[in-house]
Amino acid sequence: MIPLSWYLIFAALLFCVGLYGVLARRNAIGIMMGVELMLNAVNINLLAFWSYLYADRLNGLVFVAIVFVAAAAEAAVGLALIISAYRRRNTVIAEELTMLKG
Amino acid sequence: MSGTQFIFLVTAGVTLAAAVMTVSARKMMHAALWLVLALTGVAVLFALLRSSFFAVVQVLVYIGAIAILIIFSVMLTRRVVQEQRPRVNRLWWVAALLALMLFTGLVATLASWNGLYPTGQAVAGHPEDIGALGLALVDPAGFVIPFEVASLLLLAALVGAVFIALERKGGMQ
Repeated sequence: MIPLSWYLIFAALLFCVGLYGVLARRNAIGIMMGVELMLNAVNINLLAFWSYLYADRLNGLVFVAIVFVAAAAEAAVGLALIISAYRRRNTVIAEELTMLKG
Repeated sequence: MSGTQFIFLVTAGVTLAAAVMTVSARKMMHAALWLVLALTGVAVLFALLRSSFFAVVQVLVYIGAIAILIIFSVMLTRRVVQEQRPRVNRLWWVAALLALMLFTGLVATLASWNGLYPTGQAVAGHPEDIGALGLALVDPAGFVIPFEVASLLLLAALVGAVFIALERKGGMQ
């Protein structure tokens, strides 16, 4: 039997790796990849808590399904924004996208 | 060490290594492929958590759809991105420090939480009940409102993505 703490520590590690990617990457698509890693870490946590503590209820599974939907919507809109910005400015480097700067 | 523990440790190690490569690879295409490996590891962990449904959904949605979307974006935008330039910004050490601090905080919180080693019978329980999940998602007394809001969110995101990425003939500024 795998202890619950293993899953939680693994998810924390994965979340922190994703956070580092979001904060440190210069390429906007790299930032998106970091966000995907963070969402996956959250899903592991939700499913681990469901499986170990509340396996008789459905709330955890519904929560995971909603996170999946949110992740799909985020990826679609985010990548469309990146493509659109690239078309106008010919760059996907986050610090060069200064169109909204006053 | 039991067999499942061994599988967990191997999967977790591979997934973490792939995640680190995802955030540090120099070429974005390589990073995208490492991301696929990390997502596959997460799917294996879902199966280990007795949730075969979400393992399949992970493969379909993340590896099948989102990863392909990311790979297409990398291919559509790679022309101008010089790969000799630094791949992280000047404050990357602050980012690493923040991530490390967050991890320390999370582990400290876990260590002080007394529910970490559950003793209930649910631990050795059954796999998830897909039929009950499907019924609960359309049950007015269950989760029909979150379900409908999620569908609306997907529809809005789809329309928005098409609108944003649409090439306008008039050269709108």
